[in-house]
Amino acid sequence: MDKVTLFAVITMIVSGLTIAIGSVGPSLGEGKAVVAALESIARQPEASGKISRTLFIGLAMVETCAIYCLLISLILLFGNPLNKLVLPE
Amino acid sequence: MGIDIEALEREVFPRTVTVAGVEILDTLLMTWLVMLLLGVGLWLATRRLEMLPSRPQAMVELIVEWIMKQISDVTGASPERFLTLIGSIALFIAVSMLLPLIPKLKAPTVDPNTTAALATVVFFSVPYYGIRENGAKAYFKQYLKPVFFMLPLNILGELSRTLSLAIRLFANCLSGGFIAAVTFFLLGIAAPVAVQIFGAFTGLIQAYVFMLLSLVYIAAAVRPSRDEETT
Repeated sequence: MDKVTLFAVITMIVSGLTIAIGSVGPSLGEGKAVVAALESIARQPEASGKISRTLFIGLAMVETCAIYCLLISLILLFGNPLNKLVLPE
Repeated sequence: MGIDIEALEREVFPRTVTVAGVEILDTLLMTWLVMLLLGVGLWLATRRLEMLPSRPQAMVELIVEWIMKQISDVTGASPERFLTLIGSIALFIAVSMLLPLIPKLKAPTVDPNTTAALATVVFFSVPYYGIRENGAKAYFKQYLKPVFFMLPLNILGELSRTLSLAIRLFANCLSGGFIAAVTFFLLGIAAPVAVQIFGAFTGLIQAYVFMLLSLVYIAAAVRPSRDEETT
């Protein structure tokens, strides 16, 4: 396997794994956050505005990690700066 | 059955186009378009303000009242002080996220420069509002809380949350446009309709989140003077 093929294979594997592993944690965390928010809304419906606002802020914070992973994956596929090291131009 | 990568990159990423002999970045054109739509549209809707509002005026009042309610809920202060900044941010991002629904247009926020500009505005507005409310000394003393050697961590935290603000918006918008483009290239014309709608929906949620987060950062800088008030 020559250098270019090896580089391409590793890039593909890593970009797939990045988003696959990187979305497990945030999804679980967001699910738990939504469960807690729903329970507290059920307990106190009049505070639902404040609760949903705080929920959105918390979800945004958690989702940022998944977004970073997606961004890395897309960069690896489409804007890989190491391309010019490996590919003969 | 492959995907035309060149066409994909042309549709999704920002690129330079030539308009009337001038080379310009197409996301910059989109930014100007959003500014035009917002400025002209809102001006037209509020030209003659009457007590019994016409339908455009009522819609604008609804939006402004909603934004003011968000501001007063988060900061507990009178909403007029922050309305210009927060309202502009919210409206700009909301319209930018709805722009891809029109064919041939892409959202200006797929360019990381646009989102970085928005995050920079928020970054500089936090000390601006903090100093305007409480004075410079009280604002800078905040960085020494809770212990004085937290100073580098506080500064680093502030830089990193600005960065995350920019990247969150950019990556959400880019991935939305990406998925729409890929489904278009794979499945033809009908599939991207649902994807575009979902992308616009999540884009509006991201606009709300951006507005809310900048509100929270500004409120955290402004709040120390309100410790004695009973809100």
